[in-house]
Amino acid sequence: MANQPAASVEYREAVKRYPGQDEPALAGLSLTVDAGDICVLVGPSGCGKTTAMRLVNRMIELSDGDVLIDGQSVRRRDPAELRRQIGYVIQQIGLFPHRTIAQNIATVPKLLGWDEARTKARVEELLDLVSLPQEMRDRYPGQLSGGQRQRVGVARALAADPPVMLMDEPFGAIDPINRERLQNEFLRLQRELRKTILFVTHDIDEALKMGDRIAVMQKGGHLAQYATPQELLMAPAGEFVEDFVGSDRALKRLALLRVRDVDLWQAPLVRPGRPTSEARAALAGSDVPHPLVVDEQGRPLGWMSERDLAGELVPERPGTTATPRIDQDDVLRDALSDLLQSETRYGPVLDAEGRVVGVLSVELVSEFLTSGDAVTLEAAEPVDVEL
Amino acid sequence: MGGAVGLVLAAVQIRDRSGEAATCISQNKICPGWILDNFGRYVDPLLEHVVLTVVAVTVGFAIAFGLGLLAYRRRWLIGPITGATGILYTLPSLAVFFLLLPITGRGFLTAVIALTAYTLQIIFRNVVAGLDNVPEEAKDSGRGMGLTDSQLLWQVELPLALPEIVAGVRIAATTTVGLATLAVYAGAGGLGSEIVAGSNITFRTGVVTAGGLAVLLALVFDVVLLLVQRALSPWKRVQTA
Repeated sequence: MANQPAASVEYREAVKRYPGQDEPALAGLSLTVDAGDICVLVGPSGCGKTTAMRLVNRMIELSDGDVLIDGQSVRRRDPAELRRQIGYVIQQIGLFPHRTIAQNIATVPKLLGWDEARTKARVEELLDLVSLPQEMRDRYPGQLSGGQRQRVGVARALAADPPVMLMDEPFGAIDPINRERLQNEFLRLQRELRKTILFVTHDIDEALKMGDRIAVMQKGGHLAQYATPQELLMAPAGEFVEDFVGSDRALKRLALLRVRDVDLWQAPLVRPGRPTSEARAALAGSDVPHPLVVDEQGRPLGWMSERDLAGELVPERPGTTATPRIDQDDVLRDALSDLLQSETRYGPVLDAEGRVVGVLSVELVSEFLTSGDAVTLEAAEPVDVEL
Repeated sequence: MGGAVGLVLAAVQIRDRSGEAATCISQNKICPGWILDNFGRYVDPLLEHVVLTVVAVTVGFAIAFGLGLLAYRRRWLIGPITGATGILYTLPSLAVFFLLLPITGRGFLTAVIALTAYTLQIIFRNVVAGLDNVPEEAKDSGRGMGLTDSQLLWQVELPLALPEIVAGVRIAATTTVGLATLAVYAGAGGLGSEIVAGSNITFRTGVVTAGGLAVLLALVFDVVLLLVQRALSPWKRVQTA
């Protein structure tokens, strides 16, 4: 895909007042979204999150302050011309019912005066990108399911490869199962595209999942906190954010962290056929009460039981199977769930090749959550995180 | 609308067309034989009727469409325009003809002005309603993607409002066909001349034929406009998913 570089978006003391209202809808918002990041604006209804988003493409005009895209004020741009450079997705999607899918996707290219061939090629590319079959081209929006319409909405917003995208509750009208899928698809897409995205939602779980950074907003357009999902969960700034994030925030953090982030226990490894004294030696100073037998490649064969240890040599088939096996790319929530269901409360952690890299235990997870290490870790790639 | 019934009766009676025409006429029944023999005299009035209707509806559409667009942008105008066209709509048509006579004289112009006046209310209302019913999200996303106001109007709002606008024109057209039978009082001819002119009004077969033709004409206009409406809104027929 041809790629226009993403642009940063900066709010400078942005204010929106509506005539006849005492309180401003947005009271001096200042924040910067780095190029290529997803910034989620989240908060209860009436917090000004949608207002803030719509200031960027001048669907709502600033009362005071400024919004800069790549350092350039939106105030000085012609609104229609500005909007053609900014992708726009709303909850109801707003496809044109009288136009085919191809025509809908081609809306902005047509406004920009692209020729037929270029537009056609781009439409094809976008249908592929959002996983829609090419036959959809000539259908009307009324013939598509909600999820398909949503994909068309995203394709249409991406059509002219805009450096910035605005998304107002884009998955809000989709049923939970499809929403999960569309979110994951979108994150996968974003990993390739690296657009700067302002994403509005009222759902904190969606915010934690989608955001590189999250702006929690409070009634009256006050910014309560602007932080990474990690920081938000570890150190909520004040009671409002704490309440909004929810009392289960420790559990939510588990979904943002990966096993590889944890300082794992060293596994007392031993090969089959070695004398058991070697296994006992490996146990010395280890946190794990049983030696782990691994094969030539370092893949786990099982835990040695007391009876195994009483023998002469390390057996090929140890008494206890090495379950649960934890992938180091698993999110901690899934790993913990596996651990809690197992008898041992600990399990070997494997890399992509299935080799043992350490041992994770319930104890370690709980220590990790309280240690503060987690705060400094950002989920660099929050893709496929399931909340 | 008794004409339609008459027409059916006439069709039934066509079977026994057996030279009893003279008796039939003297008894003032509905005489198919007479209709077939005299059909030529209806051609000109019918054509006049068509022209009256087409001109009145076309001019009425142009005016009402313009007013509708204006009122859609400046909403405070909706009340006054609805009121004014409403008054025109409720004026008895005969009174309008006579009021206009001293100004525009007898003839086509007087009739067309009056008939046009009657179409305004219906078409205006449908233009405004059609535009108002365009889904808000389509307008919002259109504007958000950088369509200018006039691009939004011509590319999104009007195409989506079209079925309702054409529906208004259909009602206006059928109503005008009916009203145009009175154009004869303004000296503009039309099928009315075969109904009320001279002693025709007492000749049942003549009245039924002219009335029946008017009904047929209204039906033809309605069907043609319905086809236009469908051709202009292909997306309406596929909304099944």
